[in-house]
Amino acid sequence: MPLNSDKTIEGSFQLVGGNFATAGEASGELKRTLTDLGVAEEIIRRAAIATFEAEINVIIYAAAARLLYFIGPSSIRIRIEDMGPGIENIEQAMQEGYSTAPEWVREMGWGAGMGLPNMKKNSDEFNIESVVGEGTTVEMVLNIP
Amino acid sequence: MNLQDLIKDLSLEIVTCEESMNNEVTGAYVSDLLSDVMANSNVGNIWITLQTHLNIIAVADMKGLAGIIIVGNRKPAEDVIEKARAEKVTVMTTPLPAFEAAGKLYQLLDR
Repeated sequence: MPLNSDKTIEGSFQLVGGNFATAGEASGELKRTLTDLGVAEEIIRRAAIATFEAEINVIIYAAAARLLYFIGPSSIRIRIEDMGPGIENIEQAMQEGYSTAPEWVREMGWGAGMGLPNMKKNSDEFNIESVVGEGTTVEMVLNIP
Repeated sequence: MNLQDLIKDLSLEIVTCEESMNNEVTGAYVSDLLSDVMANSNVGNIWITLQTHLNIIAVADMKGLAGIIIVGNRKPAEDVIEKARAEKVTVMTTPLPAFEAAGKLYQLLDR
């Protein structure tokens, strides 16, 4: 379905670590924007889930992050650059069920080692780069057919 | 099958969105892991959980779930109720434990 607009629409968010009450602010806004643009419901759902998982990861692991999104006529690009501890072994982190989340986070039902896999599953392109001690950058692209 | 049909058998107390009792229920998913629900539940499902914190509302909203049933007499806090109202997410509670709630729901959906 073609978008109502052929321009690229951009948005950005400052995410702060530690506060679970703020989870969903960025994904919620992205969802509303995509809804206004008339994007198909299933694509909106995948974009919102991928973004929400990213928000949760920032809240669990990082001090702060910048989330950027770019909505073009044929794709949605979501980029999250965090100031976190970085990931030593990305392959391990991508394995479903692997997590380094603390116990109190697990009690909330997060930290089950499904966040990154869910982000990958819900995007058409997924890239992750990380430097230990500096942070992690994730970029996801969802195609709009 | 809609939410209204479940109230009696599951001893449900409606916490938010009484107006959505005619919502169609497509099935159910039982989990206390939020990422699991985001990965594996389907649109129109009822979500049975013991989690009561704020993030359950965003998960249910994002997945387009028919409603959340919080089991074991647990009650959501006021900020969770407010968010559920704002996002139009139906929250219900039951004194039943998850196994019994799921069992009864399974029978009802199977009819």
